[in-house]
Amino acid sequence: MNWQLLLQLIVNGVIIGVLYGVVAMSFVLIYKSTQVVNFAQGEFLLIGAWVCWAMLVHFGLPFWLGFVLTLAFMFVFGILLQMVVLRPMIGEPIISVIMLTIGLSIFFKAGISWIFGEYVQPFPSVFPRESINIWGLNVQTAYLMSFVISLLIMVGFYAFFKYSRMGLAMRATAFDQQVAASLGISVHRVFALAWAISAVVSAVAGVTIGIVNGVSSALSFIGIKVFPAAILGGLDSIVGAIVGGLIIGVLENAAQFVDGEWLHWGNLYNILPFYVLVVILMIRPYGLFGTEDIERI
Amino acid sequence: MSLTADSMRCGEFRTTYKADTTIFPTPRSRNFAIAGLIVLLFAPHVLDTYYTNLLIQIGYYGIAALGLNILVGFSGQISLGHSAFFGFGAFASAWISNNFGVPVILAIPLAGLMTTAVGMIVGIPAARIKGLYLAIATLAAQFILEDFFNRADWFSGGSAGSVAQPLNLFGFVFATDKSYFYVVLFFMVVMYLAGSNLLRSRDGRAFVAVRDHYLSAEIMGINLTKYRILAFGVSSFYAGIGGALFGHYLGFVSAEGFTILLSIQFLAMIIIGGLGSVMGTLLGTVFIVLLPEVMEALMTTLGSQLPGLERGVSYLKEMAIGLAIVLFLIFEPDGLAHRWKQIKAYWKLYPFSY
Repeated sequence: MNWQLLLQLIVNGVIIGVLYGVVAMSFVLIYKSTQVVNFAQGEFLLIGAWVCWAMLVHFGLPFWLGFVLTLAFMFVFGILLQMVVLRPMIGEPIISVIMLTIGLSIFFKAGISWIFGEYVQPFPSVFPRESINIWGLNVQTAYLMSFVISLLIMVGFYAFFKYSRMGLAMRATAFDQQVAASLGISVHRVFALAWAISAVVSAVAGVTIGIVNGVSSALSFIGIKVFPAAILGGLDSIVGAIVGGLIIGVLENAAQFVDGEWLHWGNLYNILPFYVLVVILMIRPYGLFGTEDIERI
Repeated sequence: MSLTADSMRCGEFRTTYKADTTIFPTPRSRNFAIAGLIVLLFAPHVLDTYYTNLLIQIGYYGIAALGLNILVGFSGQISLGHSAFFGFGAFASAWISNNFGVPVILAIPLAGLMTTAVGMIVGIPAARIKGLYLAIATLAAQFILEDFFNRADWFSGGSAGSVAQPLNLFGFVFATDKSYFYVVLFFMVVMYLAGSNLLRSRDGRAFVAVRDHYLSAEIMGINLTKYRILAFGVSSFYAGIGGALFGHYLGFVSAEGFTILLSIQFLAMIIIGGLGSVMGTLLGTVFIVLLPEVMEALMTTLGSQLPGLERGVSYLKEMAIGLAIVLFLIFEPDGLAHRWKQIKAYWKLYPFSY
């Protein structure tokens, strides 16, 4: 047993898991407030990371400015996407909505690959030191930043939904759209805002992963990894999304350890979350924290 | 029967249940289908290899897409893993014919049956979950099966892929496009007739009942679990047959071809064609198979003026598929079949459209 490696992998797992949690949270946000399952969540990460990369490399902006501009771009992008494409789909059957977001996802993915190419592009170095040593463990500075930012986002989410007027409106809409509308809440605005917030939060995750691993089309796969996390936590629970993300992140890295030490299968790391997903769907489809949907005849 | 009374009807004139459950809605549509079939019989002798190849593609994709439409359009479930079943059929047929000395013509239906078994296993969660959860479960199945293709050397040849022998019937080898076209056409006609026939049977009506309101269906005595899993079985049987035909046509099967993108293309076929329409499935398949070809031709003509386009052809093809899905869902959610009906109604009622 290589304890040092195991510990390192588990720390990595927690950090990656928090990122999964953040993306899953933005996925759940859209699902909860607009009842749309966003299969294009991974493309939000992709677009955010590439836009930030382009700002830094092509326009030579400093990181903080490029980052803020990226977030502003994603905010507008989310609103426009909701207004132009998703608004006509309100009230359509779930299959149509799922297919619509899948169509969007391949459209954006191909478009982004066309504009920026297929190759991994390294991010210009943002921090003076690549990694920091904490108690003998190597932790990437960008991951540490992402960890802090993720925690800030989570606290921000909590405060936003708990104390702000708009947050209250969003919770009301998630609870019952018609009642919310009859109380004077602009449901369309809530929907647009949900997409905008989701796009911004995903872009933060996309940029952080981009800083560590370089930017490439592979980022959009995170959008698919989010499904196990969101389902494990319960599709309509924001806390669940974070917990689910953490569990999947740690599990993935643990699988990598087991695979590397004993099994030598190769791809277990990538495929295990999907086995977990199937098992959860079989025994507890509403996840750990989701609302149990009971149907009575 | 007189021609005028049958051909230009503009309403429901059927008076018996028997007349309501024919495979073709009117005798005229049946005659058109037969005429179309006869035209197709001569097609490979008239068209060159490029067009014959496109027709063959339409054939095997069309069979698999019909399976998906039975699952999605008729029984109201969803599958994001159809290309994995398609691939399983291709590998299974190659595996059976290579390892057990079974002639290819028998290996194809056997592969269909094996895929049915796999599809039913994947469909088991469908007994409990539906809609979105089912979509995600089948997505997981897609990745797990893809991983299996890459890993199982004994079955699929692993990452190297496996060789599929050409179809051989009484010493005649269907190795050319021209001859293989007839094989695909045969399977296509059989599968489409079987599909249309299924939908007018007791089981087909049960599928539609489950789709329209599963609680009412259950109250009326339809076994939900049975029909949900059965729909997965039928759907994967079609995918398996389509995949097997694909494998023996190319002569070589490798895991790279059966990604989530192909699953999405299958879904695009049935959405563009029209959910719950057999003819729509065919129209949608034609659309999705021809779309990249048309894009390609368009880009080569435009490419001489705009040099950047040539490089982006493959991306533009994918973008076109994504865009087609989005535009159809927003502007024509019932697909090409609905549009076709409207065109027919327009001519039937012309000039008194009200």
